[in-house]
Amino acid sequence: MNRKQLTKSLAVPVAVLAITVAGCSGSSGPEQKPDKPALFKPGSEISYAKYGKDYPTTKVKDVPGPCSYESISRKDYSGQTLKIISHAVPVIGEPTQLHARQFEEITGAKVEVVNVPFGELHQKILTPLQAGQPAYDVMFYPSLWIGDMAPYLVPVPKEYLDAPGMKDVTKAYLGVATWNGKVVQYPVDGDRHYLKIRTDVLADRKHQAAYLAATGKQLRAPQTWAEYQEIASFFGGKDVDGDGKPNFGSAEVTKRDDLVFSAFISRAAPYVKHPDVTGGVFFDVTTMQPLINTPGFVRALEDMVKAKSTWPAGGANFGLGDEIFSFGGGQALMSYSWDDAFIQAQQTDSRIRNRVAAAPLPGSAEVYNRNTRTWDKIQNQAPYFTWGWTSAVAKTARNQKMAFDYLCFFSNEANTALDLTIGRFGVNPYRNAHFDPGFWQAQGWSKDVATAYVNTLSGMEKSTNRVFDLRVPGVNEYMSSLANGVAAALAGQQTPQQALDAVAKEWTEITDRVGKDRVQEAYRNVVALEDNS
Amino acid sequence: MDGLRRHKSMFLLPGLLTLLLIIVFPLLFTIRVSFSGWNVSNPEMDFVGGANYVKVLQDSRFWAANLRLVLLAGGTVLIQYLIGFGLALLVWRNVRARRLWRVLFLVPMMTTPVVMAAVWQMIFHESLGPVNDMLAKLGIAPVHWFTEAGPALAALMTVEIWQWTPFMFLLMLAGLLSLPKEPFLAAAIDGAGAWRTFWKVTFPLMAPVSVSAIIIRLIEASKLSDTVYVLTSGGPGSATESPGYYLYLRGLKEQQTGYAGSLSLTYLVLMVITLTIVAALLARAFKVPRQSSKAKEQ
Repeated sequence: MNRKQLTKSLAVPVAVLAITVAGCSGSSGPEQKPDKPALFKPGSEISYAKYGKDYPTTKVKDVPGPCSYESISRKDYSGQTLKIISHAVPVIGEPTQLHARQFEEITGAKVEVVNVPFGELHQKILTPLQAGQPAYDVMFYPSLWIGDMAPYLVPVPKEYLDAPGMKDVTKAYLGVATWNGKVVQYPVDGDRHYLKIRTDVLADRKHQAAYLAATGKQLRAPQTWAEYQEIASFFGGKDVDGDGKPNFGSAEVTKRDDLVFSAFISRAAPYVKHPDVTGGVFFDVTTMQPLINTPGFVRALEDMVKAKSTWPAGGANFGLGDEIFSFGGGQALMSYSWDDAFIQAQQTDSRIRNRVAAAPLPGSAEVYNRNTRTWDKIQNQAPYFTWGWTSAVAKTARNQKMAFDYLCFFSNEANTALDLTIGRFGVNPYRNAHFDPGFWQAQGWSKDVATAYVNTLSGMEKSTNRVFDLRVPGVNEYMSSLANGVAAALAGQQTPQQALDAVAKEWTEITDRVGKDRVQEAYRNVVALEDNS
Repeated sequence: MDGLRRHKSMFLLPGLLTLLLIIVFPLLFTIRVSFSGWNVSNPEMDFVGGANYVKVLQDSRFWAANLRLVLLAGGTVLIQYLIGFGLALLVWRNVRARRLWRVLFLVPMMTTPVVMAAVWQMIFHESLGPVNDMLAKLGIAPVHWFTEAGPALAALMTVEIWQWTPFMFLLMLAGLLSLPKEPFLAAAIDGAGAWRTFWKVTFPLMAPVSVSAIIIRLIEASKLSDTVYVLTSGGPGSATESPGYYLYLRGLKEQQTGYAGSLSLTYLVLMVITLTIVAALLARAFKVPRQSSKAKEQ
C-alpha cells in the first residue's frame, strides 16, 4: 500500500469519526425551549387513580408554586432525555417511576429510570461519578452516603431553595441535606426510628392489671430499654390478642446485611448520647478515636442479646421486611425502626388498624459520660434520626435545570401528600405541613393514633439531644463492620465487648485507609447536627 | 508443513485473542489492583506493595470461610455423587417410564439458583415455613434454621444438594450409557450377582467419569455465593459465609477493590492447588488408569 492509498483508506474513517464527534458535541448542550401553555389550572385535583388499581383514589389539590403540576407543565423538555437511578421497586423506586412517567406526560421529556437492588446501589452510583462518566443525571440513594457523594453533586440552586415546599422542610432534614454549608441533597423523605406498640394490649385494663400483679409496675409505653425488655418478656409466647396464635414481645431488624446497624444505634442512643457531652457519639471528633466499644455501646449490645428471648421464631435473622410483617401483621406487640411497620399496621385491610400507637424510642435511666468515664444517673432520651431516602443531581448532568425540575415536581405538595399515604413508597413526613393530625385522620386513622404519630415525629424535631448517622466517606465500610460485630454477638460467636472491640479496631483501620483528615472533616458536619452548633 | 502450521495458527488466532481479552487482561488487571489501595474513597491505582496480602494472611474471617467451604463443598458434592449415581443406576436399565424419570430428576437443575434459594428460604422459615410445621406434627421441636450455626449450614447444604444432584445424575447417566456391554455379559456368564457386578465391573468402569464429575462439581461448588446471599446472608454471625460471599462483601458492597483483588487472587491460587491435589488423590482412590503417551497422541 503506497502513501496515496493509505491516505485514502484513512480519510473515510477519520471523516466519519469527525462527524460523529461533532454530532455528539452538538447534542450535549441542553436545549432551553420557551414555556408552553400549562396543562393544569391552578388548584386542579390530582389523583393517581388513572395509573392503575394499585394506586388509591385519593384526590388532593395542586398547590400553587414553582413545583406544582401547573408550573412544571409549562416547561417544554421535548427531545431531551433525563437519566435517573433509583432503588428497586417499590420502596422509592416506584414513586421514582411514577413521577418520571408524569413528568414525561407534562413536559414532553424522555425519562429513563434504572432501578437497582439496595446492595448494588452505592457502587452503581459512585463508580461512574468517580470516573467522571455522565451515567445518571438524578440519583436517589440513602442520605447517609452524603460523605461519599457530596464532591460529585450540584448544590441545589437558590430558585429551588426558595420554593415554598423546600422552605417547609423541617430544620433537621434540611440539615441532613446540607454539606459544608451547602444544600447538596434534595429532600424527598424524612426518616427516623421510633417505637410502635399495640394499644389493644398495652392499654388494655385486664392486661395492665395482670402486669401490675406480676411485676408490681404500671403497664405503659416503655420509657426505657429495660422497661421494654420487661414488657416484651412478660407477653412473649402468649396469645394476648385472641387470634389463636402466640404473640411475641418484640420484633427487631437483626439480620446482619439488612440494616441491623440502624437497629443497634437506636438501642445505643440513650446510653451514649449524653446531653452535656459534645464532640461526637461514634468518634471523639478531636482525636478520631472510635467510641464504638465504650460502655454505652456495650450495654446496648448486651440488652440486644438479652432481647433474643422475646423475639418470634427466626427473629434473630429478621430483615426490615420481616419486622414490618411481624409488627404490621399483628405477631409482635412492639417494634422500633422506620415508619413502614406502622403504616403497614394502619393499612385499610389490617386487623390491627387503629389498635397501635407511635411513641418516642425508649430511653435509659443512666447515660455513659465519656469525659468522666462514669455512668450518670439521669433519665435520658436521645431520638435517632436514621437515614432516609434522598436525591441529588450529578455535576455531570447534561441538563441540570431539567433534573432539578424533576425533583421539584417529584416532591411537590400534591405528590408528597399522595406518596405519604402509600406505605410501600417509603416516603415519610419531612415537612412541617406533614405534622398535621387532620391529614392522617382523613386517611381513616383514629384521632388518638394520628395525634400520637404526629406528636412523636414532631417531638423528635424539638429534641436537642439527637443522634444522626455516621455520614462520612466510607460509611458503608464502617456500618458493615458494625453490623458484623453486632451479628457476631447475637450469634454468640463473641461477647458484646469482644465484638465491639473488634469493630473499634476495624474502624481505626478504615479511618487510616480513607484518610483521617477527610473522615474528621466530614464527621464535624455530623457532630454539628448532634451538638446543635 | 509450515504452511499447514500457519493455517492452523490463523484459525486459532481469533480464539486466542478472545481468550486474551476476557481472561488474561482481567487477570493482569486484578493482579495490579491487588497491589493498590483502591477503595471507595480513594479510587486510585497507587502502589501499596504487599500490604493487602499481609492483611489477607491476618484475616481470620477469610480463612474461616475457606475452612467452611471444605465442609460445604466436600460434603455436598459427596452426597450429590452418591445420590446422583444411585438415581442414574435406577433409570439406566429398563424401568417403567424411564424417560419421564430422567426428565423429572433434571428439573431442579433447570431452575434459577437465586429463585430457588428464595423458595427454600420460605420452606425453612422458622415461624411460617412448612418444615417446622411438619416437625411439630411429628412432635419434634422447631429447628432454628437460620438463627443457629448448625441448622443454617444444614439448610444451605440441603439446597445445594437439591439443586445440583441432577447435574451429577446427568453426568453419571451419560457415563453409564456409554459403557461397553461385553464386560457385563462376561460377568453374567461367570454368574456374578448384581452387587458383585456393580463393585467389580460398573464401579471401576465408571471411575474416570466419577473423578471428572466430582472435580467439575467441586469447581462449581467452590464458587458458592448466590445461595448464601439469598438464604442466610452469611449468618447467623458469619457462620455460613463462603469465600465467594465474603469476596462480594469486601469487593462490591464495601468497595475495597484493592483488598478484594488480593483476596480473590489468594483464593484462586488456593483453589488451583487444592483442586489439583484433590484430583490426584481421587484418581488414585478410584484407580483411574493413566493415559499412555500413545493414547494421548491418538
